[in-house]
Parts: sequence; structure tokens; C-alpha cells
Amino acid sequence: MSVDEKKKVILNLENISQSYVIKDKVKDAVENVSFDVYDNEFLVILGPGHCGKTVLMNIIAGLEKPVGGRVVLDGEQINGSDSRIGMVFQSLNLMPWRTVMANVEFGLEISGMPKKQRREVAQKYIDLVGLHGFENSYPHELSGGMKQRVGIARAYTSNPEILLMDEPFGQLDAQTRYAMEEEVLRIWEKEKRTVIFVTNNIEEAIYLADRIVLLSNCPAQVKQIYDLKDLPRPRETTSPEFLRIRTEISDNTDLAL
Amino acid sequence: MEENQENVKVRVEHLTKYFGDLHVLDDVSFNIKKGEFVCVVGPTGCGKTTFLNLLTKIYQPTKGELYIDGEPADPKKHSLAVVFQEPSSMPWLTVEKNLRFGLEIKKLPKDEIDRRVENMLDLLGLQEFRDRYPHQLSVSTAQRIIIGRAFALQPDLLLMDEPYGQMDIKLRFYLEDEVIRLWKETGTTVVFITHNIEEAVYLAERVLILTNKPAKIKEEVKIDLPRPRNVADPEFIKLRNHITDQIKWW
Repeated sequence: MSVDEKKKVILNLENISQSYVIKDKVKDAVENVSFDVYDNEFLVILGPGHCGKTVLMNIIAGLEKPVGGRVVLDGEQINGSDSRIGMVFQSLNLMPWRTVMANVEFGLEISGMPKKQRREVAQKYIDLVGLHGFENSYPHELSGGMKQRVGIARAYTSNPEILLMDEPFGQLDAQTRYAMEEEVLRIWEKEKRTVIFVTNNIEEAIYLADRIVLLSNCPAQVKQIYDLKDLPRPRETTSPEFLRIRTEISDNTDLAL
Repeated sequence: MEENQENVKVRVEHLTKYFGDLHVLDDVSFNIKKGEFVCVVGPTGCGKTTFLNLLTKIYQPTKGELYIDGEPADPKKHSLAVVFQEPSSMPWLTVEKNLRFGLEIKKLPKDEIDRRVENMLDLLGLQEFRDRYPHQLSVSTAQRIIIGRAFALQPDLLLMDEPYGQMDIKLRFYLEDEVIRLWKETGTTVVFITHNIEEAVYLAERVLILTNKPAKIKEEVKIDLPRPRNVADPEFIKLRNHITDQIKWW
């Protein structure tokens, strides 16, 4: 931990629980999850497939209401979606009939920002994610990694305090994934935001995170929180320390066959 | 060259593919020994899938040929099994019937089918799931059925195209150990395509590294490490880093 840095809590989850009724049976998806998120940190939520990670994300984003507990942002409970929280989805929901520019500026357009101004903001983030020159391309003309960049740029334009990324690289191959992980860190270093990043990939989690919140198999509970702040970046995925942490977390993870 | 001829199961000679002007595969030649486990790696978009589709005879090569047991590969005569990334079990069949399906198509005698199916259910540890349907299983279990089905066919060549693509590490290690177990048990000749270098070094006896498009074989790396392999072993990491350096574009 860095010297005496008083970390400011920006978001806290207090005893979040979520259940659904499926065919007359109650199924618990999230059980009593609590943790704090610090300002400008890169927090990774790691858990096996179908453990309830996305449910937790949806609750933070205000897309669904938990049956128990509350989410507190900047000291006040949030109800419903909040413009201070932006989201990058795994399935990007890019609009195929709109260009990169038109996709990125969409949120600002909805909010009624004049064209000239929103173009400027959108351009800034298009440049930041490395898509300069592709403003007039359509989504189908882009590779998987480039589409993810559009999604990230779009999330940034609304200037959220917190960026939620729900397995954004889940559909990419292992190599494109490495490339995008480097990118997302580069972008984050340049434009510091609080990032909450969900993944089932331990290697990705260790590569990216300041801290990792490890969840159990369904229903999701917090198993452990790992602090990796002292592991210098860029991290080498085959270094002994990296592999040691990976084994430690893997041993502590539930096998979800 | 000559000495191991009788051990060669698959011979690929001068395999070349153009789609119009697009040159995807450039004069690829190699042999695979009977019962060998070969992994194919290459940079994203290098033509691995085209390569696979040529091996399965889904595409015709522009030039070159594929030989199995010394004869030109013929889907009517030889058996080629393929496992894709997306689980492809038949949703209207139970686990057991999914396993039987290919064997019945091949018109094997019933007692032979029974024997192979029971053996596979044991090997996979899925006896208790035999009457379930794919939608009642997790994605990983559904994929295990498909892999079991492919091995139960005892194909001349089993091709696997990134079957563990998006699975988490814990699951992946489990499944990789399982595929090694099935391979050892059945002596099948396997070509396994992956983007994941750690996976290639963990599984393969030999790794073929493809170049960027048009894909050629850049290097062949023999993996002589004892099994089960230790991913943190310095020798393992040396091989992993070496192969990564050959294809790294990111």
C-alpha cells in the first residue's frame, strides 16, 4: 500500500443480495456482498462462469433492484441508473447503421448537447482509444478489438465517475485480449476514472487490477479481496510472482464444471 | 525423411489456398505421426481457420494435398472428427444418445457401440448425466460431451479448433487434463488449434507456429516436458515465451 495515502471511498456495496423466482423456486444469485470501491482505482470482480457477476454489475448500474442491501455512491444511496456511472457491455450494442462517430456521440446527442460541442468531446475520446481515422467507419467494418474501443470511447463521453466494464473482452481471442488489456490500462492511466471490471479470467484480473474481489460460485459471495497495488505495471504474465499469485487465486476459486 | 514413413499418419504437402486474390495459406507441408498431439498457433487472423477447413476438406486447396495413411484424404473413406469452439451437441438427444450418434452413423455393431459409449461415460465421469439433455448441462459439460463423442469415433484425425476458447483458467486446466487423458487412453492423432500459447505448451508434443497471412510454418517446436506439466516450471516458461515471441503482434 502506498504511503499514508488516505483512500477515498467513492462507492460502497452494503450487504447486497439478489434472488429470483424460477419455476416456483427461489434461486439466490448474490448473497450478502459488501465491499468498498476507492476513487480512481482499477477494481476487478473475478468469479467463475455464471456465478452472479453480471447480476452484481446490473445492480451497481441501477438496472435492477437488489432484494437486500444498498449501493451508496458519494455517500448517498442510488436508485435506478445514474449518469455518474457508465457501462461497457460485453455485447456492445453498437448501432450498425451509425458510424463510429455517431455511435460515440449518441449519448451526448440524446442529452441535447449541440452538434459542434458533442463532436469535440466524441473526437477526444475517439483519439484516446486509438480510433483516429475511423470516425466514418461502420461497426461491421471494424475488428472485434476495434469495436470494443468504440464501446469504451462511448462510455467515456458521458464523463462518468465510475466505468463499469462487464467482461468486455469475453468474446475476443487470447491475443487480441492481451492487446486490449494493454490498451485499457493505457487509457485509464491517461484519463483516470474508477473502473469496475468484471471477468472470469484470472490472468486478465491480475494483469489489470489494483484490487481483485474474488467471488464464489453461485450464489455469489465475496471469498477474498486481493490487493495488488504493489505489483508494478506493466505486469509480466510469465513472471514467477505473477504465476504465484495466479496459482494462489486459482486454488481459492471454485471449479464451475 | 524416409526413416519414419510407416509411423506417419497424416502428410500435408504444399497446401496452398487463395480466395480470389487473397493469399491465405502458402505452401504448408508437414507430417503428423500416428497418435501424435500437435498444436497449431499463430497470430490472430493468420488463417488458422482456413487451415483447419482445408484439413477437414470443407474447402478444397488451390494447390497441395492431404494424405492419410499414404492415401489422399477422402471423407468417404477416412474418418475426420472436428470439435469447434461453440458446443455443437444435438439438443434433442440425451448425453448418451449424443455419444452414440456418430457411431450409429458409422454403422458399428451394437455391442461395439455399447462398449465405446460406456467407456466414454466412465472416462468423462458422466455416467449420472447419461439421460440428461444438453440444455440441462453447463456449457463446459456440453463441450466435454462433444469432445468425448469425437474421441469415441476413434477417428483417423481429430481436429480441435480452440475448444476451450472462453473458459476460465481453473476450468481450462481441468479440461486440458481431461483431453490428455482421453488422448492417451485412445491413442488418437490430434491437431489442436489455439490462440493460447500456454495451452499449446501444456498440451502438445509438437507446436507448429504459423506466420501472418499468407500463413507458412515459421517454426516447429518440440515439447519434451514430462506430464503432467508444470506451467510455472522455468523450462515450460522458456518455451512459452519463445513461442510468444514468434507470433507477438500486440
